[in-house]
Amino acid sequence: MTVTIPKFPLGKGIEAIIDFFTDHFAFITKGISKVAGASIDALVNGMLAVPPWLMILFFAGLALWLSGRRIALFTLGGLLFIWNLGLWAPTVSTIALVLIATLVAVTLGVPIGILAALFPGVNRITMPILDFMQTMPAFVYLIPAIPFFGLGPVSAIFSTVIFAMPPAIRLTALGIKQVPEELIEAADAFGSTRKQKLLKLQLPLAAPTIMAGVNQTIMLSLSMVVIAAMIGAGGLGGEVWKAIQRLKPGMGFEAGLGVVIVAIILDRITQKITSRKSVNL
Amino acid sequence: MTEKIKVENLYKVFGKNPSAAIKLLKSGSSKEELLRHHKLAVGINNVSFEINEGEFLVVMGLSGSGKSTLIRCLNRLIEPTAGKVFIDGIDITTLSEEALRQKRLSKFGMVFQRFALFPHRTVLKNTEYGLEVQGVEPAVRRQKAEEALDLVGLKGWEESYPAQLSGGMQQRVGLARALALDPDILLMDEAFSALDPLIRREMQDELLALQGRVNKTIVFITHDLDEALKLGDKIIIMRDGAIVQAGTPEEILTNPADEYVEKFIEDVDVSKILTAESVMHKASAVTFPKDGPKTTLHKMKEVGLSNILVVDKDRRLMGIVSAEAASKLSRDNEKSLESIIDEDVPSVLPSASLQELFAFENFPVAVVDEQKRLKGLVVRGALLAAMAERRISG
Repeated sequence: MTVTIPKFPLGKGIEAIIDFFTDHFAFITKGISKVAGASIDALVNGMLAVPPWLMILFFAGLALWLSGRRIALFTLGGLLFIWNLGLWAPTVSTIALVLIATLVAVTLGVPIGILAALFPGVNRITMPILDFMQTMPAFVYLIPAIPFFGLGPVSAIFSTVIFAMPPAIRLTALGIKQVPEELIEAADAFGSTRKQKLLKLQLPLAAPTIMAGVNQTIMLSLSMVVIAAMIGAGGLGGEVWKAIQRLKPGMGFEAGLGVVIVAIILDRITQKITSRKSVNL
Repeated sequence: MTEKIKVENLYKVFGKNPSAAIKLLKSGSSKEELLRHHKLAVGINNVSFEINEGEFLVVMGLSGSGKSTLIRCLNRLIEPTAGKVFIDGIDITTLSEEALRQKRLSKFGMVFQRFALFPHRTVLKNTEYGLEVQGVEPAVRRQKAEEALDLVGLKGWEESYPAQLSGGMQQRVGLARALALDPDILLMDEAFSALDPLIRREMQDELLALQGRVNKTIVFITHDLDEALKLGDKIIIMRDGAIVQAGTPEEILTNPADEYVEKFIEDVDVSKILTAESVMHKASAVTFPKDGPKTTLHKMKEVGLSNILVVDKDRRLMGIVSAEAASKLSRDNEKSLESIIDEDVPSVLPSASLQELFAFENFPVAVVDEQKRLKGLVVRGALLAAMAERRISG
């Protein structure tokens, strides 16, 4: 005799919620999508309007200014190689997506992290949500993005932000909590307000940790932007995706190498900023 | 002298429902009982004291005796459970958060055991911190910070970072940071405990010299009796959150309240602490220049001394006359003592330590104030007696 226990309608429930949101709020999300899509296009087109060699020199100069000669040389060589492989346009669009996603993730993540560090209540709510966000397979975020924002880069950025934001929140909170109690006490003893403590003490001392979080967010954004090619994000991920569909390993490898080069450049530059900031501590 | 700080029946109990603990403490429960049966830790147990303006109070006790908690209750870095803390007559335990912040800004400077300097700020920026919080103009606060740094002897280090300085220098920055605000009250929580002995002594001397110039009300926490005796006008000895004894350094040395205090003072080198004032005798017999040799000899005979101090009409010390010289003068029928006054008489200030007194070969040693007025004299016997007495009672 078999007893069938009815399946708990978790999936159905989630779908109902998402349907509800798409039915009632799609006009908002689609509106956002249009505006955001247009600005992403404008950014990418703007970057593509500049001759590639000038853009490459600009990036190399930026690397030189922010982190030093070795990384600048690597940036110059790496990007020239990408140009040579004919992957310049998808690379530019990938970098643009990463920059936008990181900007959104950091703008949201750092304040949330500050709140979580200062208020135990906020911390209790955010930390489990972050655990959830980080362990849920990244692909799953792609699915609800489509009904909200439609296929394309805006959906990609939406899911990328969700995927890449946790380290910005966590490391901001960690950095602030790590400020030694005795320094907080000293600041209190001199009559600092909460705001003064935050701006003059906690944030400056947490800066290296926060920068490490930003670095992590950038790296996670890059990996997610590549995956998001499946919902039409384009860029280097799009090239990889095409190579998979056409079973062209060479093409896939070239695009993959492009991702690696971009990753190394972004990582080294942001890491250098982190360590440079912490010299005096 | 005006009263600067007054603490009345102060309690601090850590744990849940601390106010219940106050009742238990008042009804005679011990600290151990509270901890065992109620999971409540008593930090401060019914402490009351006053400090006058310009006074240097040292709070002493072993670690865990509640002295750090006590100093933090004075500016409410730790919230007292019960009792009152008056600063300039205002009970700060009743102040709102904002009013308290204002009080901290205007009244208190605090120096911490482990310096608590801001590592991302230069020495100058650290010193400016309190002024910056007050919203003082950049030019003004820079000037005040530079003055404070000058005061602690750190001119020229303005642009260094704390990590580049030695411990002693870091604590000077801590002191400058507190002084830059020109606070009425300096709270110093084991400020010199983390420094090595040599630097520590140097800092103590400097603090005393500084106190002479700026005249703040200072509350200084230490676990070191030598430091307490050296610095304090008044000493409070704490144990288990309560005051065991309060008094001047000499009161504590000469009259320890109980075994706990006695243990503390056992190792103190008395010769460094007891002063000339405490062992001197009243100079009952002195002579004046107008006195003839006969009168002088008579005075000596009366007290049984072989020499006598000569003072002018304002009791200013002029010198010493020996019986031998006086009798020779008397035989020669001279009327004035002037010719035989030996001006080379050893003299010390009342605050001189016994150690300094032992350095003299000729006794008696005259004790004179800054105007050279005779206060008393120390004979060798009294010196030894004072030492012996302390040995026995210690």
